[in-house]
Amino acid sequence: MNEMTRNERESSEERKLELRLAPPGVENWFKTNNKQRDYDYDYESKLSLSTTNYFSNTNNTSFLHFPSNKPIVRGKESSSSQTCCPKSVELQNGDNKVTAVSNTSQKRTAPGAVVGWPPIRSFRKNLATSSNSKASQPESHTQQHNKVAGKKPIDNNYGKGLFVKINMDGVPIGRKVDLNAYDSYQNLSSAVDELFRGLLKAQRDSSGCGGNKEEEEKVISGLLDGSGEYTLVYEDNEGDRMLVGDVPWHMFVSTVKRLRVLKSTELSAFT
Amino acid sequence: MNRNASNTKPRNYPSPELQSQNSDHVLEIVPEIVLQFLTSRRDRNAASLVCKSWWRTDALTRSELFIANCYTVSPRRVVSRFSRLRSVTIKGKPRLADFDMLPADWGAHFSPWVTTFSTAYPWLEKVHLKRMSVTDDDLSLLAGSFAAFKELVLVSCEGFGTPGLAAVASKCRLLRVLDLEESSVDINVSDYSGIVDWISCFPEGETHLESLAFDSVCSPINLEALEKLVARSPSLKRLRVNRHVKIFHLYRLMHIAPHLTDLGTGSFDVPEDTEDDELVFESPFAASKSLVCLSGFRDILPEYLPDIYPVCANLTFLDFQYADIIDTDEIKSVVSRCHKLQTLWVCDTIFDGGLQVVAQTCKDLRELRVYPLYANDGVEGPVSGVGLEAISQGCRKLQYIMFFCQSMTNAAVVALSRNCPDLAVFRLCIIGRYMPDALTQRPMDEGVGAIVMNCKKLTRLDVTGVLTDRAFAYIGMYGKLIRTLSVKFAGDTDLGLKNVLQGCTNLQKLEIRDGPFGDGALCCGLQHFYNMRFLWMSSCKVTRQACQAIARTLPHLVLEVIDTEQDTVDDVEILYMYRSLDKPRDDAPKLVTIVH
Repeated sequence: MNEMTRNERESSEERKLELRLAPPGVENWFKTNNKQRDYDYDYESKLSLSTTNYFSNTNNTSFLHFPSNKPIVRGKESSSSQTCCPKSVELQNGDNKVTAVSNTSQKRTAPGAVVGWPPIRSFRKNLATSSNSKASQPESHTQQHNKVAGKKPIDNNYGKGLFVKINMDGVPIGRKVDLNAYDSYQNLSSAVDELFRGLLKAQRDSSGCGGNKEEEEKVISGLLDGSGEYTLVYEDNEGDRMLVGDVPWHMFVSTVKRLRVLKSTELSAFT
Repeated sequence: MNRNASNTKPRNYPSPELQSQNSDHVLEIVPEIVLQFLTSRRDRNAASLVCKSWWRTDALTRSELFIANCYTVSPRRVVSRFSRLRSVTIKGKPRLADFDMLPADWGAHFSPWVTTFSTAYPWLEKVHLKRMSVTDDDLSLLAGSFAAFKELVLVSCEGFGTPGLAAVASKCRLLRVLDLEESSVDINVSDYSGIVDWISCFPEGETHLESLAFDSVCSPINLEALEKLVARSPSLKRLRVNRHVKIFHLYRLMHIAPHLTDLGTGSFDVPEDTEDDELVFESPFAASKSLVCLSGFRDILPEYLPDIYPVCANLTFLDFQYADIIDTDEIKSVVSRCHKLQTLWVCDTIFDGGLQVVAQTCKDLRELRVYPLYANDGVEGPVSGVGLEAISQGCRKLQYIMFFCQSMTNAAVVALSRNCPDLAVFRLCIIGRYMPDALTQRPMDEGVGAIVMNCKKLTRLDVTGVLTDRAFAYIGMYGKLIRTLSVKFAGDTDLGLKNVLQGCTNLQKLEIRDGPFGDGALCCGLQHFYNMRFLWMSSCKVTRQACQAIARTLPHLVLEVIDTEQDTVDDVEILYMYRSLDKPRDDAPKLVTIVH
């Protein structure tokens, strides 16, 4: 409703848009109707979210990913199919279109993010979310109550992530994964694949493997069944090294301390 | 020539023009002697406005120059005015460029500056740059042009890599400070093929290094060369290493340099292939008496956290913003030992509980920054008004607060304003946009109003959340000392911005994004714009016509407009406006239009 009147106001404004370089007189162009201006803002109508960063310096994707919507404060009608509401506050207002906006190449931007928001540096955005690259974005942490004890006792109900380190053979810097973001070994396995695939290719490239630069990134598969080039193992709370996938998921989550991605050929100890 | 032939004058009384020459001479000597004691740039600026001769003297004697916006003045103009600069600070891109809001090739190139300075100031010693685009060639030219070069500080810069660093390391023999704070160096981690071992490029023999901070360099470094470098740098007090330095090497470095006052710990992790029995390292922290600043912890292994306990009691600065894997209990265990802490940067994994511990322990706290980890998630956040209020009650000396949270209450902000009268910087970022008071659902007007009213020293204000005209009226009325104002996703009508532009007489930097403000409000600032460093308005309701009108009225104002969509009405997407003494720049990318 606010939106409609804004549009009307918008056009009458344009007509009145006589540029005077003196402060505007008494005339208040936004003839706000005080009755309307309740503090229950219609959040959903204010939202028009773009899917990608305009100018992502860290990715090489061109910054010409223009959102087809404009932020709603311009008073424009937004093609609502792109509304995406990750916050429960916005879900209240009826239009529960949690359409997962197509988040193409921008792994680093959470779906539904706005350009430059929140105002943190891009490498900081990757601190927590890089571990969740392919995982479904946790919509609300109330859904993610820590069902298991996890590594340490949790203060309160805030669904804190359960971060464990994960290292891969041949990759010098380890990563972190948030185990609370996954609910099965399969999801974890695909996340690990996502996490390291690019890095592995880069390692191969930089070690000068001939003209393999055009080679596609190889999918890291077979992590759980020993069929692939790599296998996922973990260290539990007793310091033992175990194959991932043997125990039920929640038991795994409660005892895991660290993950490793080993070359399958080095697994002779685990026959 | 025109001698005054009065007979009453004694014969050896000097003639008038000799007299005036003498007094001119005196007038010139006095400022020269006096001005050298004026080091503050504001004092210098004021002195230079007194008269021509003082202006000249200042121009001849000023040794430090601060250029707040690299496009306000051309390098040529700087060089023709100031002849003897030793130290230059230049700031480039607007702050919001940090959050990917500007194209990568927007500008702020260091090249024209270093090219001009290389011939004009052979004795240049210090260069500080912020948000500039610096290339390896620039660094190479810099290293080769200034024989007495001592300090290079690059904050949030990009465009260069290890080759540039190698040039600086090898040629600047008197180098004391090399600081790459938050600069993206080799951020494309996979491309290791072009990496140069710059650490090995430092010359043999003792160095003059006092500060070496390369924590933001993404590429690996030669650890052995680093150890040798530290061993032959007796003056080294500040060392901040990058993620590729693991605990083992860090501890060795600390043993080599036991007198460090400022340490960036790098990853604080063990190398991946460490066997269990290698994991016992003797912690050098216990022996360190001089360490007061601690940062790093990029991949921290929680088991090693207790190693730093012995130094906690001495710490005045602790940067835990990257220590995201440790939980609130672990943070508490550290913070509860830091009685002398003055500056604390943490993640919101500290939780309100952790903030309460800070409030109980860190009575001397001046600055607190709480960064978000779970930036987009949920409504309930780990930190909230509860934590903020606790801090305000415990840390009465607080001067600077930056607080990211999911929601906030007016009551907490009001409490902060009452408990911390020294507050000069208040930066509140409620990540959920358009959030009202979490308890009362009212706008955040009351809180913001209390801050500007009660904190009489406030110079910087960042606000988000539901804010009506009332909040801005307060800001305009009470925020007389505010120099920097940042408004995001807030505001109601043009009246708000109008009040700010007319009320905040000291306003220098204004950033507004996603606000309802339009031409009418913008035009209220006409008499003020020449006094401001810049104005940024994005996703507001400013039209191109207004920009054109302003550009015509104020010829020394540069209005840069970015519009990514062509087929819309004239609303401008991004307006970045600043004053300039020279003609508008010619290095703007295609997307940027300079309006005139």
